[in-house]
Amino acid sequence: MKAFSYERPASVAEAARLAAERPNARFVAGGTNLLDLMKLQVETPSTLIDVNRLPLAAVENTPEGGLRVGALVRNADLAAHPRVRGEYGVLAKALLAGASGQLRNKATTAGNLLQRTRCYYFYDTTKPCNKREPGSGCAAIGGFNRIHAVLGASGACIATNPSDMNVAMRALDAVVETVGPQGEARSIPIAEFHRLPGDTPQVETDLRPGELITAVRLPKPVKGVHLYRKVRDRASYAFAVVSVAAVIDKEGDRVGSARLAFGGLAHKPWRVEAAEAALVASGRADAAADAALAGATGQEGQGGGNAFKIPLARRTLRAVVADATRA
Amino acid sequence: MDMSQPIGPTPLDARPDGLVGRGVDRVEGRLKVTGAAPYAYETRELRNPAYGMIVEAAIAKGRIRAIDAAAARRAPGVIYVMTHENAPPQGKKKEQVGPVLRGPEIAHFGQPIGLVVAETFEQARAAAALVAVDYERAEGRFDLRAAMPGAIVPKQVASPPDSSLGDFEGAFAASAVKLDVAYTTPVQTHAMMEPHATIAGWEGDRVTLYTSNQMLNRGQVSLASVLDLPAENVRLVSKYIGGGFGAKLQPQADAVFAALAARVIGRPVKVALSRQQEFHGSTRRTDTIQRVRLGSDAEGRLAAIAHESWSDTTVGDDFYETSANVTRSLYAAPNRLTRHRLAHLDLPLSSAMRAPGEAVGMLAFECAMDELAETLGLDPIELRVRNEPSEDPEKKVPFSTRQLVPCMREGARRFGWEKRGAPGSIRDGRWLVGLGMAAAARLNPLQPSSASVRLERDGTLTVRMAMTDIGTGTYTILAQIAGEMTGLPLERIRIELGDTLYPKAAGSGGSWGAGSAGSALYVACDDLRRQLAEKAGIAPASASFADGRIAGAERSAALADLAGDGIEARGEIKPGALNKTYSQYSFGAHFAEVGVDADTGEVRLRRMLGVFTGGRILNAKTARSQAIGGMIFGVGAALTEEVVIDRRSGTFVNHDLAEYHVPVHADIPSLDAMFLPELDDKANPLKSKGLGELGICGAGAAVANAVHNATGIRIRDYPLTLDKVLRGLEERESGAQSRRT
Repeated sequence: MKAFSYERPASVAEAARLAAERPNARFVAGGTNLLDLMKLQVETPSTLIDVNRLPLAAVENTPEGGLRVGALVRNADLAAHPRVRGEYGVLAKALLAGASGQLRNKATTAGNLLQRTRCYYFYDTTKPCNKREPGSGCAAIGGFNRIHAVLGASGACIATNPSDMNVAMRALDAVVETVGPQGEARSIPIAEFHRLPGDTPQVETDLRPGELITAVRLPKPVKGVHLYRKVRDRASYAFAVVSVAAVIDKEGDRVGSARLAFGGLAHKPWRVEAAEAALVASGRADAAADAALAGATGQEGQGGGNAFKIPLARRTLRAVVADATRA
Repeated sequence: MDMSQPIGPTPLDARPDGLVGRGVDRVEGRLKVTGAAPYAYETRELRNPAYGMIVEAAIAKGRIRAIDAAAARRAPGVIYVMTHENAPPQGKKKEQVGPVLRGPEIAHFGQPIGLVVAETFEQARAAAALVAVDYERAEGRFDLRAAMPGAIVPKQVASPPDSSLGDFEGAFAASAVKLDVAYTTPVQTHAMMEPHATIAGWEGDRVTLYTSNQMLNRGQVSLASVLDLPAENVRLVSKYIGGGFGAKLQPQADAVFAALAARVIGRPVKVALSRQQEFHGSTRRTDTIQRVRLGSDAEGRLAAIAHESWSDTTVGDDFYETSANVTRSLYAAPNRLTRHRLAHLDLPLSSAMRAPGEAVGMLAFECAMDELAETLGLDPIELRVRNEPSEDPEKKVPFSTRQLVPCMREGARRFGWEKRGAPGSIRDGRWLVGLGMAAAARLNPLQPSSASVRLERDGTLTVRMAMTDIGTGTYTILAQIAGEMTGLPLERIRIELGDTLYPKAAGSGGSWGAGSAGSALYVACDDLRRQLAEKAGIAPASASFADGRIAGAERSAALADLAGDGIEARGEIKPGALNKTYSQYSFGAHFAEVGVDADTGEVRLRRMLGVFTGGRILNAKTARSQAIGGMIFGVGAALTEEVVIDRRSGTFVNHDLAEYHVPVHADIPSLDAMFLPELDDKANPLKSKGLGELGICGAGAAVANAVHNATGIRIRDYPLTLDKVLRGLEERESGAQSRRT
């Protein structure tokens, strides 16, 4: 860990201003990801801005009938919130599928949105990584890339977003609320929040310098069966190889509406609205999978690469749709 | 005492309800759970230690062209930076313990190339990152399969690398039923909770290391060699150890570095490996490629058994994985062949990890037996019963005890083995359900060990030996043995271990700890009993010890009243002829039920049972813990554990516990182990056998066989991750589809 200065601002505005002023500043909340990365010097911020004491830990009802989740609401608390459990089941399930009890007690909603990839080579500072060190190359390409992206990858980066929560947030059309250095508020739809790697994999979100996440707004609940299916290498405490967040509502024997998002496939949670339409139109999971996985390409790599994720995602979607539509 | 004669009746036989065998709680348990038991890095015996952080090589092969430590030396709090340019002279490599920083050559990724010593841990770690190294890179070899053609016959260790009996090739060729399969197992890491850690301090030319080490006397000798000191000038202290599993059989770089640096700066130095450093900077279990050939008649009687194994270690080392050794003693067949070959790669040192040999050998062999059973249409238990040998098939001597068949029968009964269906035939919702079994066997060695006991004036007993308790329960079983032998209650017995100032002991490794150290203590207590009987005027043969008293036919006395200024006794145990004239193994049988997700290929253990024999069970609770702990290791080996080698860079890709997947609680829903009654009078005076490793032997094979039974898919490339299962599911389904069309 490199030496850094530490600030504990008293207000949201001050936090954002400090972050814009100080070069290479990072906000810290739960620290469950950032501190690990700092120990390895994958992250080397000059200033840490501790936001834990800011008044951002409330879960409130919105006038539209949705929920406004404060940036500092811990993952465990969010998963246990009665309205989340009752009306946003896909989110509660996704949260509980993530990490471990101890980590969920610390990790925050905003921190989870900003969780960084688990690419092995990103973590290994002896290897090139365009995300860690822009322009240095990508060791995952041609390396051991079993956990890497099959959709939306670029020649610069094939990393995935490891979050479970983000996948559910994407299915629910969450909106990220922020405050900028001048105190200006902004709302960013989740679909636009996370980016594909392109030529700048180090830029992972739409956030501007100094911009602080204050809350995540959930629109009013989506009717239907809420499911989150996480496929993983062990029963707990493992990142998703593939995951599917789904909210599926039946009208009689037909699928009336569907929300489908995938984790583990791309640099961002992967949702293709056309796939949902295909499911509604045909009632067939495979039709939805065809649309959702269009253009999916496996990486060649040691140990067989990651092409298996494509049939795995299809099969997982099939299973989820079958579960959701079972009479 | 040496084990040249079987043991007759002993005081431990006299009291079936005695202390020995009872599931006594760990005597040091309270200290551990309250944080009052100091582990090596926490010891406060040495004042004002400085903190050392190891700098590791960023390449796998080549040499250091230049090393610039100027920035590190200037960094806050830095006291000393040691590199190959200024490292103190050192002596010779001994066992697998080598000098550090001998020169600029790099032999593997993560090789220690420097040490930064600072006032605080954080300062040392930050400064270590400032050491700038210019490398000259060379091509490395990181792939066992590619190195197979050049693999060598390894140097003989305890047993020869090759064996043969009869005419394997001829008998195999003539067999009615043949199996010829290759299995691979990956590199594994020990993943013990406590990393390697040492605090070293000097007084003149004598050094004391508070360290985390399984075998103190061996470590003392090898460290003395590396530090170029007489052995008596090196003291190792390891009171509490947070697991080892073989990784701490030898001192590692933390110990060598701490000792060297402490001498240079004239102040104690503490060094621990980080979790990431454990992967490259410690030892590993090698990957293996194994070929198994079985030839039998139509009834499943084996005529020919061959087991060949290839493994690798770092250049210049001789360690090889003895995967096929256990095969020499497992099943009967007149024609046999085993072979071990070793490749030298530019990877870290390979060494022992829990049940070296058996653990990975049985992953291959016990699955091959399952394959043969299926080919023959025989129950896997029945196949093993038909090939049960009447004596050790290669050593041609009797087994001291062998209850493999009773273990399989009892396990089958308790587990509901009869519910096992044809492969792929049982479904529970989305789960394909299967049952599998495998045999367990582990060599039972005895190592020289000694102990002293002292009956103190106050009637308490102090036991001393340079034995270690690596978390297995050694403190507790030794207290039980001393208690039963002397009739003193546990609270009046003090067990002092983990210090080379005490009588030499075997240490913890190879499943020999309890039997060896416990026997030395038994002998010491036996001598103490004799002395006490003499003092009390009681004929030793008629003396009994209970409730803190010695009693004879006519008189009795409190031990405290006989103690005077204290009575000392020593005991020693050595292996004797019986480990040649008898084949000594612990045996058992594993039963596993798994579910395989029909959609995703995820494999989840549903339940597991191990039925074992290990001679006299010294503590029902700690014995069971060892057994189930070993079984869980086996589940990990079967399903999740793999250190992935990047074949381009020689780096272990997943070098942390987030991505090296040991089983977590959710992976182990229901697991049990039990022991059949047994006494082995050829093993040691306790009539016990080793249990620390038996649980892992065959456990993974039972799980893999259950996966096959669930799905009909046979995966011979461990671990059985979901991508491999998925491939099988897809192939099977497309096969079914093409059969339909």
